Amino acid sequence: MTVTAAHAPPDPAVSGRVPSGHVPPTTKPGGGAVRARRWRRLAPYLQAAPLAVTLVLFLLIPILTILVVSFWDYDSVRVIPDFVLTNYAELLTSPVTWKTYLNTLKFAGLTWAITLVIGFTVAYFLAFHVHSTVWQMVLFLVCTIPFWTSNIIRMISWIPFLGRNGLLNSTLIAAGVIDQPLEFLLFSDFSVVLAYVHLNALFMVVPIFNSMMRIDRALVEAARDAGAKGWQVVWNVILPLSKPGIAIGSIFVVTLVMGDFITVRLMSGGQSASIGLMIANEISLLQYPAAAANAVILLAVVLLMVAAMLRVVDIRKEL
Amino acid sequence: MPSARRGLSFYLLTAFFGLFVLFLYGPTVTILVLSFQGPEGGLTFPMNGVSLHWFRNLFQQQAVGDFGGSFRRSLALGLVVMVLTVLFSLLAGFAFRRRFVGSNALFYLTVASLIVPSILVSLGIGLLFNILGLEPTWYGSAMGAHLTWTLPFGLLIVFAIFNRFNPAYEEAARDLGATPWQTVRHVVLPILLPSLIGVGMSGFTLSYDEFARTLMTAGSFNTLPLEIYGMTTNVTTPVLYALGSLTTVFSFTIIGVVLMTLAGLRRRRLGHTGGAA
Repeated sequence: MTVTAAHAPPDPAVSGRVPSGHVPPTTKPGGGAVRARRWRRLAPYLQAAPLAVTLVLFLLIPILTILVVSFWDYDSVRVIPDFVLTNYAELLTSPVTWKTYLNTLKFAGLTWAITLVIGFTVAYFLAFHVHSTVWQMVLFLVCTIPFWTSNIIRMISWIPFLGRNGLLNSTLIAAGVIDQPLEFLLFSDFSVVLAYVHLNALFMVVPIFNSMMRIDRALVEAARDAGAKGWQVVWNVILPLSKPGIAIGSIFVVTLVMGDFITVRLMSGGQSASIGLMIANEISLLQYPAAAANAVILLAVVLLMVAAMLRVVDIRKEL
Repeated sequence: MPSARRGLSFYLLTAFFGLFVLFLYGPTVTILVLSFQGPEGGLTFPMNGVSLHWFRNLFQQQAVGDFGGSFRRSLALGLVVMVLTVLFSLLAGFAFRRRFVGSNALFYLTVASLIVPSILVSLGIGLLFNILGLEPTWYGSAMGAHLTWTLPFGLLIVFAIFNRFNPAYEEAARDLGATPWQTVRHVVLPILLPSLIGVGMSGFTLSYDEFARTLMTAGSFNTLPLEIYGMTTNVTTPVLYALGSLTTVFSFTIIGVVLMTLAGLRRRRLGHTGGAA
């Protein structure tokens, strides 16, 4: 499609009305224009195709496979295509499942609450107390960089810190605070939640910071002029307006913790369990149908939790 | 903001932020230091001399698994995932600027890809390949698994750019007689470039460090995170820290190079407008 100046003189009145992302029709009649229009109609499909194909092949079909296999039968050596409900029946009637769900929810709840407090405070500091944009960017980067490094390494790095002879214990003993090393620091629920907070706090900081940066500063000024104290501004103005960011951060943190198995395995030293770990163990025992049924239930639970959180916010508006 | 007075709350918040940064980086610094442990040293302090013993140890094939091979595989995989993530999310970003049938479904599928626990993606792809009689490979099934994690991030970043993108630039280009391709090539892409570098970096690092989605999809050859994970269960010497330090330094180098490139681009752009003004 070639539009020369002679054919289509730029007309500000026309181009002003053209909606964004829409190519104005060419004035040249004939096959070229028809082809161009057809291309324009087809283009979004071709552009979206690579994403769609990848997600269908590697997300949608695999999830459907899990759904199908969850109804299959198995014995100690192989998996048998069938339609049985025993996997679900065994899963849902076992007290271990319920206890593990409770434990996983406990981890998710604790991690959510702690990361929310940390995320909100850090974002609030960056958005409202750091006035120079350069510093804001630098400090924001400082918070985000660890996210781009290996999670496993970040977990391992707690070992010399929290271990029986670790940095924390020896410091406390040297300071005379305790005389026996604290055993609960490593390979415990404490270290699991600590690692979750360490790995996932960022997912709270970033969206909340993003929401806060869009708050009209005039609102804060207005609240101050109307006599609000510092904490009243935070509680009545900034917190409600940060809700979308809080919701997005919560979705990230909760889903990451609910599906995790590696943190629990590494940081609890086999003392604790989560649903993800239960699935991983079933996989390593080649009990695929049992793992699949477990996975289906987990997915349902996670989706329900996300749906509940999405009621608070329309994420598409927040990008 | 005119109110420059800094009360107690500012100092409390600054202290809180400082502690948070210490919390983020402290442990990493600890293993960085401990990786220089002497040959007789253990997994915790005190330092038993200072040496490069554990780094040397790392490069002896028999001491740990196939560290070199797994690093090369992770690097290659990360680069491919990076290119595909940039390409696919940019294209999809263009698509989403217009209406098309199924755009909502595709959007929700992409978001679902973030929400679905990683182990489910791993299990699903593993099962699918198993049923189809295909051999899972790090460059096939694992690459697909990684894309389900990197593409949503890529698309969300591209969305964020396009939402802040001023269409007047494109209209101006068109009014000046640019073809659609010229508009994209000379106007849209240069504006998007910094963010696309960001998408590329997130694609690479997320893939390079991905563990859960690789677990059942990598086949018979390990990627680096799988190798490191294997080491955590059977290696009880600081060689583990040496490996951890090396790959962390590698990640930091990549991030540093990307950030410097972005800063350079920014400076060049500012320079341009400065020269014009």
